[in-house]
Amino acid sequence: MTTDLEQFPVSMRFLHWLTAAMVLTILGIGVAMVASLADYHQLVSIHRPLGFLILVLVVIRFVNRQFSTMPAFPATVSSGERFIAHASEMLLYTLLFVQPLVGWGMLSAARYPIVLYGPLHLFPILPHSVMLYAALRKAHTVLAYLLFFTFIAHFGAVLFHTLILRDRLFSRMAPYRVPAR
Amino acid sequence: MPTDATPSTDQPAPLSVPGTLARLAGIGVVLLFVVGGFLYLGGWFSPHELTPARFVNGFQKVFGIHSGFRRNHAKGMCVAGYFDSNGQAARWSKADVFRPGRVSVIGRFSLPGGNPYVADTPASVRGLGLAFRPQNGEEWRTAMIDLPVFVVNTPQAFYDQLLASKPDPATGKPDPEKMKAFLAGHPETVRALTIIKAQPFSSGFENATYNSLNAFRFISASGTSTPVRWSVVPFDPFKPAEPSQPATQDRNYLFDALIARIQSGPVRWHLIVTAGQPGDPTDDATIPWPEDREHVDAGTLTLDQVEAEAPGNCRDVNFDPLVLPVGIAPSDDPLLSARSAVYSQSFTRRAGEKKEPSAITPSDVRK
Repeated sequence: MTTDLEQFPVSMRFLHWLTAAMVLTILGIGVAMVASLADYHQLVSIHRPLGFLILVLVVIRFVNRQFSTMPAFPATVSSGERFIAHASEMLLYTLLFVQPLVGWGMLSAARYPIVLYGPLHLFPILPHSVMLYAALRKAHTVLAYLLFFTFIAHFGAVLFHTLILRDRLFSRMAPYRVPAR
Repeated sequence: MPTDATPSTDQPAPLSVPGTLARLAGIGVVLLFVVGGFLYLGGWFSPHELTPARFVNGFQKVFGIHSGFRRNHAKGMCVAGYFDSNGQAARWSKADVFRPGRVSVIGRFSLPGGNPYVADTPASVRGLGLAFRPQNGEEWRTAMIDLPVFVVNTPQAFYDQLLASKPDPATGKPDPEKMKAFLAGHPETVRALTIIKAQPFSSGFENATYNSLNAFRFISASGTSTPVRWSVVPFDPFKPAEPSQPATQDRNYLFDALIARIQSGPVRWHLIVTAGQPGDPTDDATIPWPEDREHVDAGTLTLDQVEAEAPGNCRDVNFDPLVLPVGIAPSDDPLLSARSAVYSQSFTRRAGEKKEPSAITPSDVRK
């Protein structure tokens, strides 16, 4: 008997795992830096350029997705679940796009120079306004929590399918090659 | 790909109920572990560790919450002008600001403490925050005070000293026992206070010397790192402060004198950069470097405009000492990262609050 199990194309899997590593890192740095005195400066100096890289990466991913053929869902994934999977994928794309922009915008509104590395820095995208900064700074925290819980839901759903339903859902995005059966 | 795989790989045997429960529990543990890891990074399991938020809470405990104002150095006034670099510091730092030429500067004169309406006194410590803004989009921000050394050398000591200075609600004065206990545990503060008391206060803002206190590193074009401290030294001759407050009882007499001085003509300072030798402490702001250290006069700071705090001017700038251009880098002084973190926390809190008028109003500044 054969199945239609296929993996996402290599480019999509590579971008997926690169994003995963960067997003988990930046979330960890973000939550640590706001609570740290000794490491604050070092952590912020990584957080800023990493956020910008994620913004670039999510645009590349979105474009790459338009040109890629995606594998079908396993039969165990119901149409309701497909809708949720699709919606949560779009939510993650949106969060990964909006969150760095909010960070960039809030630093602009606070009139900080937005240093990436050495002399490399970003231009401001918003006018100097502390009220705007305050609102965006709050939004940055709320979006970070939302992003974290969306990640937990995504991770939990994949674990459930792979370990309980054992439908090889994980194989679709596995960072290694899985032969079709 | 056609295969003759056994059915077992296509249709895994159903899990037993205990098997399913064990796997569900396993998933739960993994997810909890991830959430717990993030809570750990966020300091949720160390509620007594000093964080930027707890630090700023300390200021609020001592001074109360003054809506829209900085939690420290709350009383202040804006100035602007320019820096004429003579190129002398370029051998130590490749920063744009040290090439020969003019760079625009905004600044803020301030008094320490969280009370934005505190009365000026002859012994008020004076603060000067500056933001150098070269054309290339970089900035160099520095927040200096007119003490020769700082009174503490760690963030924790700063916090403990802050709380020890909290006025007793019964007497309205700090509890001398608490300060005595603090000093007993901090000989470096006792030594620093001796140095500070040996130097008279100047009569005004305009004839005071402001010091970076913390050490930084200058990076040259060839990559050489030089430990430095800097000061702005006034052109106006030093005059010691009168021991008692002027008879006018003007609560803003220091600021008012500065306004009058700037309106009579530009006020100037030398930017003096001092290079440390190997062995000079870069991580201890309570210890002065020896007098004979090599220094250069990097150029002239001119302040010729004065303004009350208002939307969009120095009021809305965080004079974070770690906003640095290429060519200036932090030293290993633990106060630097802590200052950056706490200033940022104070800035974030006040940014969203309703703004009350500052002690120095636009009508004070009008000629």
